[in-house]
Amino acid sequence: MTIAAAICRVSSLALSLAAQHGQQPVLLWGGDAEGGAPFVEADPADPARVRGFDVEVAERIARGLSGARTAQFVQVQWSSIDQSVERGDFTLGLSGVEDTPARRARHAVTLPYFEFREVLAVRSEDSRRIHGLADLRGRRVATLGATMAYDLLLAARDSIGIIPISYDDDVHPYADLVAGRVDAVLLDHIIAQRSLRRLGGTAFAILPEPAATGHYVGVLARANSALRDSIDAVLREAMRDGSLEQIFRRWQVWDDTEGALFERILRFGAGPVAGATTGAATRPRVIAYLPSLARAAAVTSLLSIVSMALAVVVGLSLASGRLYGSVPLRITATGYIEIVRGTPLLLQLFVIYYGLAGVVRLPAFLAAILALGLNYGAYEAEIYRGALEAVPRAQLEAARTLGFSEGQILRLVRGPQAFRYALAPMTNDFVALLKDSSLVSVITVVELTKQTAIYATNVGSWVVPGALCAIVYLIMSLPLSRLARRLERRWGSRAP
Amino acid sequence: MSALLVIEGLCVRYDSRDVLRDLRLEVARGELVALMGPSGVGKTTTLRAVAALQPFDAGRIVIDGFALAPGPVPPESRLQPLRRRVGLVFQAHALFEHLTALDNVTLALRYVLRQARPRAETVGTKLLAELDVGSRAAAWPRQLSGGEAQRVAIARALAPDPPLLLMDEPTAALDQARRSALGTTLRRLCTAGRGLLIATHDVEFAHQYSDRAITLA
Repeated sequence: MTIAAAICRVSSLALSLAAQHGQQPVLLWGGDAEGGAPFVEADPADPARVRGFDVEVAERIARGLSGARTAQFVQVQWSSIDQSVERGDFTLGLSGVEDTPARRARHAVTLPYFEFREVLAVRSEDSRRIHGLADLRGRRVATLGATMAYDLLLAARDSIGIIPISYDDDVHPYADLVAGRVDAVLLDHIIAQRSLRRLGGTAFAILPEPAATGHYVGVLARANSALRDSIDAVLREAMRDGSLEQIFRRWQVWDDTEGALFERILRFGAGPVAGATTGAATRPRVIAYLPSLARAAAVTSLLSIVSMALAVVVGLSLASGRLYGSVPLRITATGYIEIVRGTPLLLQLFVIYYGLAGVVRLPAFLAAILALGLNYGAYEAEIYRGALEAVPRAQLEAARTLGFSEGQILRLVRGPQAFRYALAPMTNDFVALLKDSSLVSVITVVELTKQTAIYATNVGSWVVPGALCAIVYLIMSLPLSRLARRLERRWGSRAP
Repeated sequence: MSALLVIEGLCVRYDSRDVLRDLRLEVARGELVALMGPSGVGKTTTLRAVAALQPFDAGRIVIDGFALAPGPVPPESRLQPLRRRVGLVFQAHALFEHLTALDNVTLALRYVLRQARPRAETVGTKLLAELDVGSRAAAWPRQLSGGEAQRVAIARALAPDPPLLLMDEPTAALDQARRSALGTTLRRLCTAGRGLLIATHDVEFAHQYSDRAITLA
């Protein structure tokens, strides 16, 4: 029995125990309220509750199951729904979960309950020139990472030559489309229409011809196929009695295609995923991911090296400002260091990339370098200040009596010794920066960790991708630590 | 003998306490003067005031024609004439840890006096040899014994050839044999128009090797 199966047994035991004690049994279902309406969102009237069509679908399913359960929501990051459901965090994952062959192969998947269209959104002035992906050669096309749409874009990168840009959420792609950072967005029509309403209805245009169609399904742990069959029966019943249609109409996502989908399902059963045309029906094996992992590792290295170089320059300026500057300069440098060290790097990334977008529209890679460099600069500054202060005062006075200027003392006496003191903590910081660089995926830079997450989502497991990713990070960081140790040893024996 | 160093009415206050009050002393060329007294009477403070590492509150210090006035220590740019006139050997030597003995000696020659490296190294090697540490030229400070480090520090202070050499507690860490060797060396340095002012509480050493001893109380 697998661990997941054991957890499922335990959770069903908990359900039956609850039933024995006279309480209503619950159906734990997981979704991502960050995805927002109309799927799942926090209820504005009571933010502790959630609402949305997926919430009502979950409630309908729970009511229809034997024992008339109540649905209880569990918040989970959208990209982690599959892993969480296999872990047993909840029984049913339901939050705009796409029907894909890979998901069907690895989990117990319900029949499709909603048909969506992958639609392209472009800036209004481009809508006459751009009619589909084929018109976007060499252009930047955004979408949510690890989705069917992202797979479509990857296929279009190879066949047409578009540049796919992956986001961690489905709001910023449209904001960046309007801001001119990307040229098109490919996402589910529900998401496109919601974003268009939010941005005032004319901010961009949705192309009428869909690039593909897909379906939303519920996902359960593989060992839970019996419950999946019961849920399928409830969904069929809800399609037949019109309750599912009412839910979709309430959330204004009903149209003829849903009616046609229901009819197909009621006539032919769940069957294969009729009408699901994805650009990535064949899933590549490990070896196929190695080039993209290598590319991502190169991005991580370049990002880390350039950011560290910037951090060193910023750190040196701040440290000299604090030690040698006038009072206002000292206060400014101290203020900068305290603010940067006292706030999260993630927040700084958002501020530099999105917050400053109204003033200066930085490319993502440049914004990432700036954020990492400016952040680590504050930490470097404290290392350099400590190192400079560790050089004995008597040596500085000896240098003064010999007639050196302050600049010469820094360059010839204080700096070289401080550098030696600073080397070990600097190396530690560089290794930390190498790993912190994974945060920049939130501003669309696909580096090593992000690429691994995409890969893991595709193969449905973190074991091989995680191990590969760890090995690449170690290959990059271990030589650094060794180099630092060697330098320290060398200097240690010559001039300790 | 013309006075190389003239100190008149020197007063230094720390936290409203008089560390030095109305100190007067002179050092002539070719003279070795010992500044004596127990710990805390201001011997080191006097040397630091002469080397412009520390401000003084009243009096006057004139070194070979260059005068220091009471008040804050002037900026380094205005102290260049003083730096050419005064060398200071610290009690703890304060050698530059990241440089060899020879580089410690030649650093000021190369970067302050702008001498070419070969020339500076010729001067440095000669100085180290004169001070009996010629064989330690390539050693790092940590590899030197206390006596060797002191000699390297003397060589470093003498490299720019200042007429006045100040030394703080030169015998503090030396055994008997090293003390007399140092005494002989210092006597030798006093010739050729140079004056020495040493702060020490080693009465015997002062009486044996100095021309005059001034006792602070």
